[in-house]
Order: sequence, then C-alpha cells, then structure tokens
Amino acid sequence: MKPLAQPKIRIEQVTYAYGDQVALRDVTLAVPARAVTALFGPAGSGKTTLLRLINRLNDLVEDAHMTGRVLLDGQDIYAATTPTSVLRRRVGMVFALPLPIPGSIRENVLYGPKLAGVRDRGRLEELLVQSLHQAALWDEVQDRLDGPANALSGGQQQRLCIARSLALEPEVLLLDEPTSGLDPISTAKVEESLHELKQRYTIIIVPHSTQQAARVADHAAFLLLGDLIESRPVKEIFTTPRDRRTEDYITGRFG
Amino acid sequence: MAAQPISSRRSTTQRLGFALLAAAALLVVAPILLVIGTIIVRGIAAITPEFLTAMPRDGMKAGGIFPAIVGTVLLTLGAALAAIPIGVGGAIYLAEYARDTSLTRAIRLAIVNLAGIPSVVYGLFGLGLFVLFLRFGTSILAGALTLAIMTLPIIISTAEEALRAVPTEFRTVNASLGGTRWQGIRQIVLPQALPGIITGVILGLLRAAGETAPILFTVAAFYLPRLPRSPFDQTMALPYHLYIISTQVPGMPLEIQYGTALVLLALVLSLNVTATVIRSRFRRRRQW
Repeated sequence: MKPLAQPKIRIEQVTYAYGDQVALRDVTLAVPARAVTALFGPAGSGKTTLLRLINRLNDLVEDAHMTGRVLLDGQDIYAATTPTSVLRRRVGMVFALPLPIPGSIRENVLYGPKLAGVRDRGRLEELLVQSLHQAALWDEVQDRLDGPANALSGGQQQRLCIARSLALEPEVLLLDEPTSGLDPISTAKVEESLHELKQRYTIIIVPHSTQQAARVADHAAFLLLGDLIESRPVKEIFTTPRDRRTEDYITGRFG
Repeated sequence: MAAQPISSRRSTTQRLGFALLAAAALLVVAPILLVIGTIIVRGIAAITPEFLTAMPRDGMKAGGIFPAIVGTVLLTLGAALAAIPIGVGGAIYLAEYARDTSLTRAIRLAIVNLAGIPSVVYGLFGLGLFVLFLRFGTSILAGALTLAIMTLPIIISTAEEALRAVPTEFRTVNASLGGTRWQGIRQIVLPQALPGIITGVILGLLRAAGETAPILFTVAAFYLPRLPRSPFDQTMALPYHLYIISTQVPGMPLEIQYGTALVLLALVLSLNVTATVIRSRFRRRRQW
C-alpha cells in the first residue's frame, strides 16, 4: 500500500463518549482526497458517530465528550475559530432518510447557497443545474424545478438531498447509509453518481451493506464496537484481511 | 358453532358500546346547539342596522351597541398586538433554545398554572399593575394588556407544542447545510409550525374577547355613548355590556339582551372560522 501523500482528513486518537457510553475508542484514520472511503462494521460500532464528528454535527448532542483531533487539510477543525457553519459548507452531509425541506426542488437545492449569502441569480441558476447534474437527477426533474420536492420518489429525493449538499460546492461529502431506504434501481443510480462525484470530492460513506462497500469504495475502514480494527484499500481488506475479526465479519461468521 | 354465539354477543356489546359513545357525543353537542339556537331565535329580531351602528339611547333601552362592538374589537386587537410577539418569542425560546434545567421546568410549570388562574384574578392583577401602579388609569391600554397576560399561557403552550411537533431532523439538515440555529427556525421550523401557532393565538384571543372579569376593573365603562378617543380612554365592551344590561338595568327589553349576546357570539365564531380558514390554507400550501 503506497503511503498517502497528504490525506484530506486525518482523525487522530479520537475517543468519543455519550455520557459514560463510549462510542469511539482511540480511533486514528487517514482519509485520502478524491476517493471513496467506506466505514463499515456491525450496528453500534460508531460509524455514524465518526462521520458526524467530521462536520461537527455532534456538537448538537448534549453531554458528550471528545478527546483527540480531527484535521481537515492539516487544520484541527475543533480548535479552529471559524464558525461551524463555515466548516459544514466545506464538509457536506447526506442522511440515511431523505428529508426534503418543504418547498420546491429549486428551493431545496439552493437552500444552502442562499444561507451562505449567494444572491446573484445567474450564479444560483448555475449551482442549481450543476448540482442536479452531478447528483444524476437533472434529466428527471429539469421540467419541474418549481414543483414540490415531496412529490419525488424516494430515490429521487435522496439524489435531491445529495444535490442539495453539492450546491455548497463542498470539498468533502459524508454519506450516512444513503441508500438504506431505496430500492435496488435507485441504489444503483446513487452508486453510479458516486463514481462521478469522487473525481471532484472526497467522499466518506457508511454503506448499508458490506457488498456496497466493496462496490463503491476505494478504501475501507472496519469498525467494531468503537474500535477501528483496520483501514486499507478496499481490494486488500476484502481479499486478504489482516485481522481475524475483519475476516470473520466479512465472511459472515458474525455481524 | 361455539364461535357463532361469541361473535354475535360481541357484536351486540359492541353495538351497545357504540350507541353509548354516540349518545355521549350528542350530549356534548346538544347544549351548544341549544345555546346557539336560543340566542339566534330570540336575538335575531334585534339585529338591525341601527342596533349595530348606533349609540345606545334611553339608558341603553334603545338605540344600538356600536361602542361596545368597537370596544371589544379594539381590546382584542390590542391584546393580540401585545401577546403575539411575547408569546411566540417565549415559545421559540422554550422549544428551540432552552435546555432542560430546573429553571425552564419552573417556567413551564408557571405557564401551566397561569392557564388555570380564574379570570377575575387577572382582572385584579391588571387593576393593581396597569391601572394603579403604572398609572394607565381605567383605559383600553390597561384592559388590553390584562387580556394579553391572560392569553399568554395559551399562546405559549400551544406554540411550543407546534414547534416541538416539527421533526428534529429538519434542524439537523439545516445545520448540515451551514445554517445557524436561527436560520433553521426562521426558514424551516416556523413555517411548518405556523398553523399550530395561529390556532393557539386565536384560541387565546377567543377567550380574551368573551371575558368580562379582566376588563371589569381595568377598562370597561358602564355607559359611554361615544367612541374611545385614545388608548387611555375607557370604552364599553360587549361581554361587560351584556352583563350590565342583564343584571343592572331594570326593565331592559329581553330582545336587546339576546341581540347583544348574538353579536358577541357572531364575533367570536367568525374569529374562529377565520382561524380555521387560515390554518387549512397553510396546511394545503405545506403539502409541498
């Protein structure tokens, strides 16, 4: 495995607890730029927690403690004096269940840019078209941009949520089981768009199955009950896992 | 074989149960219909253009109730003006910002208890604070503020309820898109909670419009056949007017009493209908 020149994100010795419930234990992980990294492992292993630490969404949780550092381009995002809203524009997130904001497709996509202060109509239009293209949704919605977002199918809504995150032109995209509520065809479309997106974005995904990790990811990290067991290029981790526990999980001996 | 009698017995008991529940529902509706029906039948004859737009004459035994109508409308509007920003603001604080501490729990407890305080106590409080201490005198300002305080608990608790009913996930989505907490409230949460908030506001104002006790010591004039000239003026008001013409003036024609009741009822019901229309319109728009 060739060393990562400059990882986009470095998670250094992060321990995180909700009250006295430890969710992550001394986790260290380097995330390469412009590639898809999958965090996989059984439920309750801390995948979502780890993901939410990268855009400080866990700040909203009361009574939680964290030690360690999370570096974005070498900068500790928890030490930085920049507001979290600025960080979250750089690190976008898509959730397991698509949740359109009540309003039109256009309003949904442009929600972030408008809050960020983009006023220029031409620029907004450009962001709208570009994001919907990137999320592979443009062809299906181009003639009803001002129609209700809730009228879209579940798969379309999820791609709309991806487009909504992309409209901020983030550097990193966090995806938390983005296809868990979708049928196989919609899932395939979302996965397809990921192959396009990784040309430009650093993507971290919590896949909804090990198979999906193998399909979409370049790198994978295996988490088990708050411990990061191993993290390597996806081909290696699935063919020749180094740790016994990884092998047991992949081959389905537990999980 | 065994199943047949059981199921038929069950359906008999079930039918009996439904009948009882239907009877209970009817019992709830019947008095309302009777009250409204009686007031309409007995009062409709009094409703003339003069009754609605003229000043009272002959010791209120003739003429109209125009100043009382204007007074009630002004008091209700004044109460709304004071209570809506404070009530909705308080609800936003409690639902969106306040952490669950003993202080916020005490505030909530106070609000629940305030809703249960008899209205005459609000009246005395308004007399003490607004009329005497703040020297507003017996005035529309003092009356409207007293009514506002009385409606605050209703507005705060229904508005807080409406805000909490908006799923947390919307706030998370807003944060993930770089929105501040206030931006999320303003752009996503409030619009969705608006129908519920409006309902609360109207419910509170309905109560205020029909109350006699809170305005008794703070604003209401026994007989003042002119329109108020400033917020520091006294005014007649429908509930109080109804009270005095029913109990304090001997020989008052019954027709005028019922007519006054009918006008008050119509005013309150039309406010209610307005609320329902606004609510359903918002709800339809919210569908997408």
